[in-house]
Amino acid sequence: MTPTLKISELTKSFAGTKALDSVSLTVEPGSRVALLGHNGAGKSTMMKIILGLIPFDSGTVTVCGEAPGSPAARAQVAYLPENAAFHPALTGQEQIAHYLALRGEAPRKALPLLERVGLHDAARRRIGTYSKGMRQRVGLAQALIGMPRLLVLDEPTSGLDPVSRRDFYALLDDLAAEGAAILLSSHALTEVEARTDRILILSGGRMVATGTLADLRRMAALPVSLHVTARNGHATEIAAALPGAIRTGGDLRLSIPQADKLETLARITALGSKVADIDVVPPSLEDIYAHVSRRDGQ
Amino acid sequence: MIRILATARTEFRIALRNRWVAISVILMALFSLVLSAAGSAPTGDLGVDRLSVTVASLTSLAVYLVPLVALLMSFDAVAGEVERGTLPLLLTYPVARVEILLGKLLAHLAVLTLAVVTGYALAALAAFRTDPASLAGLPALIRLTWTSVLLGATFLGAGYALSSLARRPSGAAGLAMGLWLGAVVLYDLGLLAAVVADNGGWFTTEAFPFALLANPADAFRLYNLAASQATAAAAGVGGAANTIPLWQSAVSVLLWPLLALALATAAFRKVTP
Ligand SMILES: Nc1ncnc2c1ncn2[C@@H]1O[C@H](COP(=O)(O)OP(=O)(O)O)[C@@H](O)[C@H]1O
Ligand SMILES: [Mg+2]
Repeated sequence: MTPTLKISELTKSFAGTKALDSVSLTVEPGSRVALLGHNGAGKSTMMKIILGLIPFDSGTVTVCGEAPGSPAARAQVAYLPENAAFHPALTGQEQIAHYLALRGEAPRKALPLLERVGLHDAARRRIGTYSKGMRQRVGLAQALIGMPRLLVLDEPTSGLDPVSRRDFYALLDDLAAEGAAILLSSHALTEVEARTDRILILSGGRMVATGTLADLRRMAALPVSLHVTARNGHATEIAAALPGAIRTGGDLRLSIPQADKLETLARITALGSKVADIDVVPPSLEDIYAHVSRRDGQ
Repeated sequence: MIRILATARTEFRIALRNRWVAISVILMALFSLVLSAAGSAPTGDLGVDRLSVTVASLTSLAVYLVPLVALLMSFDAVAGEVERGTLPLLLTYPVARVEILLGKLLAHLAVLTLAVVTGYALAALAAFRTDPASLAGLPALIRLTWTSVLLGATFLGAGYALSSLARRPSGAAGLAMGLWLGAVVLYDLGLLAAVVADNGGWFTTEAFPFALLANPADAFRLYNLAASQATAAAAGVGGAANTIPLWQSAVSVLLWPLLALALATAAFRKVTP
């Protein structure tokens, strides 16, 4: 399968400072890729290059087999900018109808699209009266026009409440299932964990980590944390069997290296009915992110 | 073509909601009516019909007002999109930059045409009421109308170019007002000063006609005054209209909109969002 997006050795500087430094990545059809990084890491810059909005210094970028920003590429790529803005004098319906016409689609599809992002009731109101979350949804609606093969979404869930976020990721799942490739950036590390196929971490313009969440956990070799709940009165015995555990009442917390996980679990199960419950908490994306960023000297 | 029309429709809607349609129509109507009221003295002994006289004064009005309205409508076209943050998304759509400009031009030109036609029609009605012989001035009025639209197109294009160069609405507004002052007011003053200082030498005989043709506002005035033979009613550069062949001012009036649009497209292509 040819990748929808292929970037190799991409470098871009703004007035001497490198915003992107030799970044390479590929995005296959139907895959959801999350681009993570702190402010100024280069996420938006990379997306603008993919869309052909700004030039780059060196490297190669191919979008659906075409040059970024070429008419053929633009016809197949949808974009949601970081702070989606629209003309305040237009209604949501008029704005989407305009974008539909620009993509050669029938303007009457505007209402169904707005319905799909939950904006049906406000469709005939001017965008000037919309909240940030509503403008973000107008942005999502325009990104859904005409079955794009690649969606480039810059912090798409900023301004959305948790329920809308869930709906949004459900939308993405549908699109990916139809074969669209999705590249999205985010600060909300916890939400992308379950909803993306691959994670890329940018730091200071360099790609410091890439892989599935499990790959990244293994690579970072961060400690696993165990939460053990003791049955009434057995906490002391359990604490004695688990040296290094921190005890608060009937709860014990223990941080152990990945390699010791199974052996420790075996010891806990051996305590039998003295243990009421046990939780294994793998390192979160925040931990991994902090780890690779620190290693990178940020 | 669909993309140009879609852009034009959206831009016209925006102009309607921003009250640009109302403002420009009222402005042109008001000035035209004031002009015809001020010039309603009997003209019978001049041997010219009432409407021809009205057209001559409308020409002098249009030279100032049409570029002004055009620049006011256009200075925000690109800079406003940059400031609102709507430009990056728009440029990711499969639409060429020249198509975006053509769409905006079509909408703004429609607004301007509406204003010009309303104003001139009111003035013509006033002329017909006082002088039934005004029919003779109708060709001049029609000529004034389409050249006014072309003059508007020229300054709309110039406004888009300045808007692209400035990238900020405040800067673009300043440049637009500078262009208006320069092209419509100072240019003629400069020429006048040069002619006086030259005292009938090379500049007056050789360079002056080309200097007039090179300015779209002067070419517009020359063409209308020369073609309508109403020079008697006009002052200022009107006298020069006799020495420059009609086709030359016509070519200038026709070419300037294309040149302005080419400049605007070149400037817009340089804008990185
Ligand atoms: N137009 C620009 N001019 C100069 N520097 C820029 C410009 N755009 C981005 N940068 C710089 O490039 C770096 C990456 O920015 P950006 O891609 O916006 O980061 P992110 O989206 O990850 O927060 C930052 O240091 C930023 O200051
Ligand atoms: Mg960003």
